[in-house]
Amino acid sequence: MAILSKKDQRLILDPLADDNPITIQVLGICSALAITAQLKASIVMAISVLFVLGIGNVVISLLRNVIPSKIRIIVQLIVVATLVIVVDQTLKAFAYELSKELSVFVGLIITNCIIMGRFEAFALGNGPYRSFLDGIGNALGYGVILIMVGFFRELLGSGTLLGFKVLGDPIEKTGLYSIGYENNGFMLLSPMALIVVGLIIWVQRSRNPALVEEN
Amino acid sequence: MAKTDGNGYTILFATIMVVVVGGVLAGLATGLKPAIKENERFEKQQNILYAMGVNENIEGEGGVNFIPTDKVEAEYDKYIKEAYIIQSGKITQSDEAFTVDMKKQSKLPKNERKMPLFVGEKDGQKFYVVPMYGKGLWDAIWGYVALDDNLIVQGVYFDHKGETPGLGANIKERYFMDDFTGEQIMSKTQYSGITVAKGNNDPKNERKEDNKVDALAGATITGDGVSAMIKSTLKNYVPFIQDFKTKA
Repeated sequence: MAILSKKDQRLILDPLADDNPITIQVLGICSALAITAQLKASIVMAISVLFVLGIGNVVISLLRNVIPSKIRIIVQLIVVATLVIVVDQTLKAFAYELSKELSVFVGLIITNCIIMGRFEAFALGNGPYRSFLDGIGNALGYGVILIMVGFFRELLGSGTLLGFKVLGDPIEKTGLYSIGYENNGFMLLSPMALIVVGLIIWVQRSRNPALVEEN
Repeated sequence: MAKTDGNGYTILFATIMVVVVGGVLAGLATGLKPAIKENERFEKQQNILYAMGVNENIEGEGGVNFIPTDKVEAEYDKYIKEAYIIQSGKITQSDEAFTVDMKKQSKLPKNERKMPLFVGEKDGQKFYVVPMYGKGLWDAIWGYVALDDNLIVQGVYFDHKGETPGLGANIKERYFMDDFTGEQIMSKTQYSGITVAKGNNDPKNERKEDNKVDALAGATITGDGVSAMIKSTLKNYVPFIQDFKTKA
C-alpha cells in the first residue's frame, strides 16, 4: 500500500470496516438479502459490483463537470445500465456458461443503491483516480459482508459450502447428520439474511462503541 | 455552475447522451449477435442430448456435465435422427423443429401451437425428446423430457430464467432432475403426468409408478410450475408417441 498516500488508503480501507456500505451506511441491503443463500452467488455478485462500481465511478467522475444537475440521477442510471448491459452481452458472446450464472444478478446490480450512492456522494465531487479507489473500496466492503452472510446461510441452511457437502450427507446420514444434526431451512429464506446482517452490525458496534449513534 | 443549469443545455446533453449510448449498445448488440446465437444453439443441443442421457455425468455423483460445446454439434447429428412438428393434431417431419421458439408458441392459442418432437436413438433404443415451457415463481422455466416407447421418463433437463438461488433454482440440479428418471407419466392407462409432491413419504424416490417425485424444500411454487408444465405439455404428445410404437 506504499504507493497510495494516507488519504487514498483510507478510501479503500474505511469501507471495509468503519464506513462499511452495508453495516454502517445501510445501503445495498436489498441485494444482500436476495442472493446470499449460496456462497458462490455472493462471490459472483461481489465481483460484478466491484467491476461496475469501479468503472462507473470513473465515468461519472470524468463527466462530473458537464452533467446538468437537473438530470444527474438519470445520467447516473444510464451509465450503470449501459455498463451492465455491455458486460452481460460480452459474457453471453464469449463466456456463455458464466453469463447464465450471472444473469440473475445483472438486474440487481442496476438497482443496487450503493452504486447510485457512491456516484452521488463521491464521484460527482472528486477526480477519476480517487473515485476509482472509492468505488473499489466500497465494492470490497459490500463484498466482504455479502460473502460473510453467504457463508453462514449456505453452511447452516444447506450444510454445504460452494456446493461441497462439508457437514456430511443429510439423506445418507453421514458426518454431523449421523448424530442428529439437521439443516435449518429457514436460513435459506430472505429474512434470515437480515438477521445475519443484524448480528454482524451488533458485533461490529459492540467492538467499536464509537460507531454507535446517539439518540 | 450556471453553464450547466439552463434548459437548453440540459436538453442538448440528454440528446447527445441518448444518441451516444444508443449507438454504442446497438453496435455492440449487432456485433455480438452471431456469437450469441451460436452459443444458444449449442446450449439447446446440449440440453436435448442431456435429457436423453448423452452427457458426461459421473454415475451417481457430481453435478451436471454436458457434452462440451466443441463436440456437441457432431454428437447431436449422431444421436438425433428425426425431428417433427405437431400442429393442430397432425404430425409432420420438419427440420424447422429445432428453431421453434417455445416462448412465442406458448402465447398462441392451443390449436395453433407448433409442438416440436425430437426422436433420438442410442444403443438401439428410441428416445422421444419433448421440449417444455412454463412458469416458475419469478419468471419462465423450461426443459426437455426424454420418453421411451412405453412412456417412461428416461431423463429430463430443466432450466429457468430467474428462480431464487438455493431454492427454486435447484430445479436444474442433478439431485432433482435425476429423480424423474424411470417415472411413469401414465397411471395404469390414464394419463397423469408427474407431480412434484411434498411429503410423499418417498424421499429417495424408490416408487417409480406413483407419478410423483420429491419436492424441493422452500420452492413450492417453482415445483408446482414444473408439475403444471410437464402435465400440460406431455398430454399433447402421448397419442403420437403411442402411434410411433404401434407403427414400429
